[in-house]
Amino acid sequence: MSEALVEARAVAHAFGASPVLRGVDLALEAGKLVVVAGPNGAGKTTLLRVLAGVLRPDAGEVALAGRPIAGWTRREIAQRLAVVPQESAMAFPFSVREMVALGRAPFLGPLGRESASDVARTCEALAALELEALAERAYPTLSGGEKRRVLLARALAQGVDTWLLDEPTAHMDLGHGLYCFEWLRAWLGAAPGRGVLLVTHDLVLAARFADELILLARGAVAARGAPGDVLTAERIAAVYGVEARVERDPAGGVLVSPLRAIR
Amino acid sequence: MLAILAIALVGALAASLLVGSAANPTREIVLEIRLPRALLAALVGAGLATAGALLQALLQNPLADPYVLGISGGAALGGVAALALGGGLWLGSAAVPIVAFVGALGASLLLYAVAAAGGRAPAHSLLLTGVVFNAFASSLIVFATSAADLARVAGVFLWLIGSIRLVEPALLAAVAVLFALGLAIALRFAYALNLIAQGDETASHLGVDVPSVRRWLLAGTALMIGASVSVSGLIGFVGLIVPHVLRLWIGSDHRTLVPASALAGALFLVVADTLARIVLAPTELPVGALTALVGGPVFLVLLRRELARLPS
Repeated sequence: MSEALVEARAVAHAFGASPVLRGVDLALEAGKLVVVAGPNGAGKTTLLRVLAGVLRPDAGEVALAGRPIAGWTRREIAQRLAVVPQESAMAFPFSVREMVALGRAPFLGPLGRESASDVARTCEALAALELEALAERAYPTLSGGEKRRVLLARALAQGVDTWLLDEPTAHMDLGHGLYCFEWLRAWLGAAPGRGVLLVTHDLVLAARFADELILLARGAVAARGAPGDVLTAERIAAVYGVEARVERDPAGGVLVSPLRAIR
Repeated sequence: MLAILAIALVGALAASLLVGSAANPTREIVLEIRLPRALLAALVGAGLATAGALLQALLQNPLADPYVLGISGGAALGGVAALALGGGLWLGSAAVPIVAFVGALGASLLLYAVAAAGGRAPAHSLLLTGVVFNAFASSLIVFATSAADLARVAGVFLWLIGSIRLVEPALLAAVAVLFALGLAIALRFAYALNLIAQGDETASHLGVDVPSVRRWLLAGTALMIGASVSVSGLIGFVGLIVPHVLRLWIGSDHRTLVPASALAGALFLVVADTLARIVLAPTELPVGALTALVGGPVFLVLLRRELARLPS
């Protein structure tokens, strides 16, 4: 087995007395797109924070490129791993170009002086996400979908192979959500050694694009595997409390149609 | 851009030497009264404006200001304590800014403990903490000075409203050293401020050791606030207005914003103090009254905009 880009072993964490993660195992291999799904409060975002090394779990271990993440500095982590957060409130009018350029931060000296190659990478990232026309706009004035593209471009400028994304398609319409997954798939396939792990609520897109789907419920893995095996009507009823019709798509995907909530 | 500000600052310093209540000033008035006072105003303004820019990024809140947050109040409390007790403790006047620095540091740590959750401080909790701490510090200042020496009451008023007065050379030197240290820290971490302004978590994801950088920057702001307040008292709103106007002009990149804030803050207070000397001449206004006159309304406009942006 090849060494995982990032790996969690028996990770458990509690906020106060309430457990959020209970013994989660997970590995992101090179070339794979892994999706973590599950109902609100299942622990998805907490899991992402543990994997990114910003939250130290109560028990278990996270390894980045085979070494325990606790032994890495923030800078070393950022030179290997990009995190694309959900859109956050930004109090200052940084321009789109400045926001994307921050992706180079883990590679700059203490005073943050950018070399010609840093500037070039920023320009490439802006171009790859079709942001050139917006480059001088103030980030807070953008729409939600545009902000999301800026954050993707920042990860691209960072130029690392392992990406963690927190609900990349939240608040995106059908077309933009689809475009986002297609884009991630294309990025993943463009070079060896890349891997994407993302958290999402969108089971339809997850089923279409994921190599592995991990269904999280109350902090534990309820099911994992190929989306077609994980997404069954019984499991969706058990995990989400939703009666759903699940159909095999002749093209290989799975179609999940929620019918009604089970109370 | 920085060059323009530097030239404007030199021009303002020169102009401040030429105007005043004496129609034909002697060499002594210009060199021994106006020049040191103008330089002191520049130092105080630079310190307050730079500290304001730092605090705004640290708290991810464009309303942050050393005075509004009560950090100046903490510094003033330290300064007064040093003055009131200094004689008994064999402390020279150079100790005043150092104790004021300790007061500013204490107030910022308190602010962090009370108002900032996960690094980000919502506007209302910041302002409430600042108001309460200012009121508390002011009453302690009045109490300490009254107990120490009733004759100083007029001086306390000037301290609380904020004014530029001539100080002895030892004090001026101590202030300059503290300010220089604070500014050096601010410039060293200016780029990290761009990342911290994105939120603590994003800054961590992009490689910043947030707790360590924040400690350095809080120390830097406390140095600059302690230096400024120990010679001028509570001059408000400089740290609010100057970085805000600069952001509109030159953008949010702290690698430029931090040095620009120092220069523009110096420029702003030299001009304001010169105006304070001449508008009611021969009576002098405390410059803090002037900055609050401008800063109060500006603050309200910004507050309204900030609350509209974040409905919570």
